[in-house]
Amino acid sequence: MRVLVYQAHPGAQHSMANKAMNAATQSVEGIEFVDLYAKYPRFDIDVAAEQERLLRSDVILFQYPLFWYSTPSIIKEWQDLVLEHGFAYGTGGDKLAGKIWSMGITCGAPEDAYGANGYNGFALRTLLTPMEQTARLCHMQFLSPYVLYGALAKREGHGLSPHAEGWRRWLVALRDDQVSFEATNALGVVQAENLNEVIQ
Amino acid sequence: MTSFLLLATVILIAGVIAVPLASKLGLGSVLGYLLAGIAISPILHWLDVDIIQVQHFAEFGVVMMLFLVGLELDPKMLWAMRRRLLGLGGLQVGLSIALIAAIAMLLGLQPTVALALGMVFALSSTAIVLQTLNEKGLMQAQGGKSSFQVLLFQDIAVIPMLALLPLLALPELAGLGADVAHGGGHDDGHEGGHGDGHAAISLVDGRPSWQVGLITLAAIGSIGVIGSFLTRPLFRFVALANLREVFVATALALVIGIALLMSLVGLSPALGTFLAGVVLANSEYRHELESDIDPFRGLLLGLFFMTVGAAINFSLLAENLWMVVGITLGVMLIKAFVLYILTLLFRLQGADRWLFTLGLAQAGEFGFVLLSFTVANNVLPQEIAQIALLVVTLSMLLTPALFIFYDRVVASKFAHDQEAEADEIDHSSPIIVVGYGRFGGVVARMLRQIGEQPVLVDYSATQLEMVRRFGTKVFFGDGTRPDMLHAAGIDDAKMLVVAIDGKEQITHLVEYVSRHHPHVHIVARAVDREHVYDLYQAGANDIVRETFDSAVRAGRSAYEALGIHPYQAERLARRFTKADRKLLVDTASVHKPGVRAGDNPEFVALARELNEQMEEELRNASTGFGVQASDGWVPPPANLKTDEPEQGR
Repeated sequence: MRVLVYQAHPGAQHSMANKAMNAATQSVEGIEFVDLYAKYPRFDIDVAAEQERLLRSDVILFQYPLFWYSTPSIIKEWQDLVLEHGFAYGTGGDKLAGKIWSMGITCGAPEDAYGANGYNGFALRTLLTPMEQTARLCHMQFLSPYVLYGALAKREGHGLSPHAEGWRRWLVALRDDQVSFEATNALGVVQAENLNEVIQ
Repeated sequence: MTSFLLLATVILIAGVIAVPLASKLGLGSVLGYLLAGIAISPILHWLDVDIIQVQHFAEFGVVMMLFLVGLELDPKMLWAMRRRLLGLGGLQVGLSIALIAAIAMLLGLQPTVALALGMVFALSSTAIVLQTLNEKGLMQAQGGKSSFQVLLFQDIAVIPMLALLPLLALPELAGLGADVAHGGGHDDGHEGGHGDGHAAISLVDGRPSWQVGLITLAAIGSIGVIGSFLTRPLFRFVALANLREVFVATALALVIGIALLMSLVGLSPALGTFLAGVVLANSEYRHELESDIDPFRGLLLGLFFMTVGAAINFSLLAENLWMVVGITLGVMLIKAFVLYILTLLFRLQGADRWLFTLGLAQAGEFGFVLLSFTVANNVLPQEIAQIALLVVTLSMLLTPALFIFYDRVVASKFAHDQEAEADEIDHSSPIIVVGYGRFGGVVARMLRQIGEQPVLVDYSATQLEMVRRFGTKVFFGDGTRPDMLHAAGIDDAKMLVVAIDGKEQITHLVEYVSRHHPHVHIVARAVDREHVYDLYQAGANDIVRETFDSAVRAGRSAYEALGIHPYQAERLARRFTKADRKLLVDTASVHKPGVRAGDNPEFVALARELNEQMEEELRNASTGFGVQASDGWVPPPANLKTDEPEQGR
């Protein structure tokens, strides 16, 4: 399958985790990689070009740090402009039907911060429901996200390498159609540690 | 020589005193000139001046006015209003002639005399009405437009009238060699030398009518050819010399030359120059021509009105006072009645109806022309012509009073209607871009992108020729000159973009416009840092340094080339821009006008201090509050505590 990775980080030069993931992404053959902040530093998103990109892809991935329980702002801008009525949803808006929509997310907080007892109050998947519903309205299949918890504490050699390596394996598996969608969605959150359960 | 200087001095002083006085009293300049003329008439008599000869000279002001009117009208507009031109104008002239002639016949005049008087009185005064409408800004109102259409038709109608009048000649007057008191020495081209004792040159005298027709057509055609094909290279050639007076001379030569051509073939010079104006209405030299000719028009028309005032024959008036006043009021009533009927037919309502009815009720300067012509051709007996002359003059004298009546009574009553129609004159509140080079060109293109049609003015003939190839219309002229700005429409402009080169000129222009036209928003091009201060002082609303933004972009490209992430490069560039602008504001207090920053020790010291301060701040603030705003996203501290909420990484 043709895999498209949108990466967005407004302080790319400061992020160890996303740097490692970017390197992993670019090491995989046959993946289309877009750094949104580099492509559109002045936020003037080329809607037609982006829609063209979506049409030629089967899997659409967003790789970003979780900011305020949401995406960095440029992804929101991208959604607002590119997912047009008549293209992505609404009357005649079936151009994305059947495609796979998923994310690779780095969370600053550790895993136990998410949930009713954590300081973030809600389960991660609950916080990600806007993305999930976006996929549903656009007739796409939502796939559980690939997540790194406690990203701020991770340094090179301290848990980052397995995560980045897992991301590489994840992309290859998606490209080669070796991912079990049922198993993935049963998991809720994919991590480097449970990758083996979902890759066939 | 001395007597000429004396005459000029008397006339000028009278005008200089009377016109501002009349304007101040709200009477309008036309009445001011007329009163000045009346005031100096004893002096002129004492000096033994031939007032009528001066008047014929001054009539050239009317010719110039029609040239300027033509410049404002392009052929498309003229064609679009052909129905109203013929309908309104034709009916006004036809009905007025018929009614006046009928009543004159009832009063016992011969049919031919009555018809001639009808023609004389049917015409209104283009000079007074257009001048007044322009002064009051009523040209764009429906009433103003309709008035103009009627006046235009009348100017054209003069030609067939001049052809018809000789047919009305009275046999008993023939051979008397009648001469109205001031008919002699009269040659303004309307009669093209039809024997008033003056040996005028003519191309058409004594030729068979088919030749006359051909020559006339050729003359009109040549105006089209001259206007469309010859003027552009001619003006370009002259413009390259870059001497203003030569351009003025060329403009004058054009107008006078065309007037001469028309005279030679026995057509109205006013009509000829009007046509020339229409042909040139699309030319890029239009505004320059306007600003060059306009002062001459103003002076000559003023002189014309003064001669009208001065020519009043008071002894004759005193003898026949009640008759003259009675006929004048009668004529004006009849004309107003016809005009009122037309407003019903052509659906002019509210204030426009009264503007049209009251404004055109007078007889006009073409009446003088027709009167001297009728006497010369034995159509009217001298006594009747003299009385008619007084009637025409008196009615012209009364016109400013009618306009005042309109202003005070009608316009205020219909003030609400006027507001509702504000949309209609919207197109005449233009954006003016002065300087159409690399800077102004970009601004103009951006304005056109949102559907604005800015008025573009540039003084470089070569640049003009270049952009013309791309189909862009730029007016030739020096945009820093007040009269040029006036012609370009600064009076109703909403915005002025100053995009010319040259510090001094830019500052000068901004100063002038912000002082005299405070309603205009000024976007000004600043050459450098100090110039920003000058322009701020001068009153510019937006000040843009001409090279700063592009230099910042070059700096940003350099960042990206160094491998800095494009978004980071963008943030850095913005931070730099902001800091530089702050520096500009902070150092403003020590700026001395006229002193270069480098020569001002106080300025240098402060700038260095602020610069160091700024760099110090930037070096120290690698993380924490306030940095994010200028530097983009920075990570929270890495020594993570699990009980402390953290954003993503």
